[in-house]
Amino acid sequence: MSTRQSASSGDAPSALHQTGPTPGETHAKYASKAAVLSGMFWGLGQLFNRQYLKGILLMLCEALGLYYLINQLPRALWGLYTLGETPSQMQKVGKLYKMVAGDHSIHLIISSLITLVVLFVFIWMYILVVKDAFAVGRLRERGDTPNRFLQSLEYVKENKFAYLFLALPTAAVLFFTIMPIIFMILLAFTNYSAPEHIPPAKLVDWVGLQNFKDLLQLGSWSDTFYGVLTWTIIWAILATVTCYFGGILVALLVQQAGIRFKTMWRTIFIIPYAIPQMLSFLIMRNMFNGEFGPINQYLSYFGLGKLPWLSDPFWAKVTVLMVNMWVGIPVTMVLVIGILTTIPKDMYEAADVDGATAWHKFRSITMPMILYSTAPILIGQFAGNINNFNVIFLMTNGNPPNGEYQYAGSTDLLVTWLYKLTLDNNKFNMAAAIGIIIFIIVASLSIWSYRRTRSFREEDLIQ
Amino acid sequence: MSVGKKKNSKLRLTFSYLLLIIIAISVFYPTIWILMSSIRPGTSIYSETLIPKNPTFEHYISLFTSDQYQYGRWYLNTLKIATFNMIFGVILVVMTAYALSRFRFYGRKNLMSGMLVLGMFPGFMSMIAIYILLMQLNLLDTHMALILVYSAGAPLGAFVVKGFFDTIPKSLEESARIDGASHWTVFRKIMLPLSKPMITYVGLTTFAGAWGDFIFARLVLRTKEKWTLAIGLWDMVNNASTNFTMFAAGAVLIAIPIALLYLFLQRFLVEGLTAGASKG
Repeated sequence: MSTRQSASSGDAPSALHQTGPTPGETHAKYASKAAVLSGMFWGLGQLFNRQYLKGILLMLCEALGLYYLINQLPRALWGLYTLGETPSQMQKVGKLYKMVAGDHSIHLIISSLITLVVLFVFIWMYILVVKDAFAVGRLRERGDTPNRFLQSLEYVKENKFAYLFLALPTAAVLFFTIMPIIFMILLAFTNYSAPEHIPPAKLVDWVGLQNFKDLLQLGSWSDTFYGVLTWTIIWAILATVTCYFGGILVALLVQQAGIRFKTMWRTIFIIPYAIPQMLSFLIMRNMFNGEFGPINQYLSYFGLGKLPWLSDPFWAKVTVLMVNMWVGIPVTMVLVIGILTTIPKDMYEAADVDGATAWHKFRSITMPMILYSTAPILIGQFAGNINNFNVIFLMTNGNPPNGEYQYAGSTDLLVTWLYKLTLDNNKFNMAAAIGIIIFIIVASLSIWSYRRTRSFREEDLIQ
Repeated sequence: MSVGKKKNSKLRLTFSYLLLIIIAISVFYPTIWILMSSIRPGTSIYSETLIPKNPTFEHYISLFTSDQYQYGRWYLNTLKIATFNMIFGVILVVMTAYALSRFRFYGRKNLMSGMLVLGMFPGFMSMIAIYILLMQLNLLDTHMALILVYSAGAPLGAFVVKGFFDTIPKSLEESARIDGASHWTVFRKIMLPLSKPMITYVGLTTFAGAWGDFIFARLVLRTKEKWTLAIGLWDMVNNASTNFTMFAAGAVLIAIPIALLYLFLQRFLVEGLTAGASKG
């Protein structure tokens, strides 16, 4: 009875005729009627389509959703707009002064955000429900019977499996990553900072782009910002390059012809990777201790002077770079060894026939192959190094102190500065602004590169 | 690499071995030093010789007996958090990666770009919000909070696993589908067994990750009995009453099992890292 059947069984000579009246036309408007009904209240259209269980469940869902939103939405919008109107304060109640709880701006933002997330999900569901009613209506217009409830479940399992699998992870990410990030982005446009604007005693206000202006232009802040930014970029470049080429060098050393016990060497060099990073850094910090550390002890043993490994701005930078190499080289080494084994031998044989020297072969075969396979990793590592919190925090904690900086030391990266601003100094607004700037740097870099990686462009090529 | 002249290659090999030995020493030195420090009497960093004159195991014993440190308890706490984190993390990561790798659905590319973008925000930008959220859920100072937050962040790292799934031929599942297998059966009976190396890799890294994180743990866990090893050890070397040899003993007891696990599962590690590399 379906349209398709009647069209194919009919003897219409040309396709044009199929646009004429078909059996479907006779019970037209199921689709739009169902859609309008569902638009009025979820489930009505489904009931109209004789999907009773589904309809009732949807009606319950909307009732719950509406109940929540009617109760919460007005306060959420008011909260986001005003950020609260009365701070907590002492008030005279009867004869005594009592603390009366006022509006807590920060809690207001969070609960408003949760409400908005619910609203977003609600609207999205709305669209889905109306679409579903319309589609099932269409089905009925064609004379098919709509799915029963169990059939619907089966349909979802077979055809929407990906959504089923993604539902839980998405919900987790929505609540514990996306919402917090939106919250912090909002903070960057407020004046939430000590000592003037810390709830509940005080309220927080929107200040527009003021924080960014201060960061980029106001002397005390901008000096620190540009200083820390410069070191962050220098650090990221040096840390990436040293680990990358160090790793390639070690891999080539181990894999070259004639070296024996390759597995043993490889296992030894993986050891730093196997020790929890945090421990390595804490151990190294003590090793490089200026007064009692063994490194300086050896230096004086050989008659050399002690070096201020962690207490001099320049040497502290050198030290963190060296320690970072110790921790970072093994990863690149493992990667490069993997790539080296995949380079076809005949390439080298052909080069030998042409009389290429070892250096030629390295420059024209080995290096391009390594670069080609690891370019995305290289950029990923660069981005990771901009955000490399552990090395700096655990090795130097940003020290030695720098008198010209606001709340930052000589080796502080943007991230560690952000950390100090939030947890030690309660300058949440500035921290959030810095976070956004870090994001912009890392994101522009990464998007540019990821768009070029093979996994994004050619993923469907492997069958 | 080259089959150069004999004399030349001998020089090259000698030089290479020399370099390899130097690197090996610099790899080994910190580990040996911390091992030796852990059996040195006294509490200070300084020692005249690398190998202590009268070695002692008192630090290991007092780790578990001293009132000031509750090392045994921290160890159990960490083990618990790491294990749960590993289980939930792996489940979420594998589900995400599988859906992204095997299905073509509306919004897939956007979802992937979104995941990449989210991964680029500095981690603790969201810490304050999560802190307040946990406070409102009444989860502060609980291990549940750590497990929840760690695992919830795991799906963003699904790309490595997706890259691995991408390399499994589609024909394998297509033939199973033709034979009438449901998606769930394909996933459980074909894909999961094939991805054992990858799952081991992800499990290992998430497990080890929970041992190392202390920034967030320090924010959430306030009472000493709830602490993890990372916070405890950090406290040992950051306190005014620094007890370095005790820290060394504590570090050795963490590093040895984790390092053994890594070396023992080295094959999976190499596979995981390389899969992640070639597919970005």
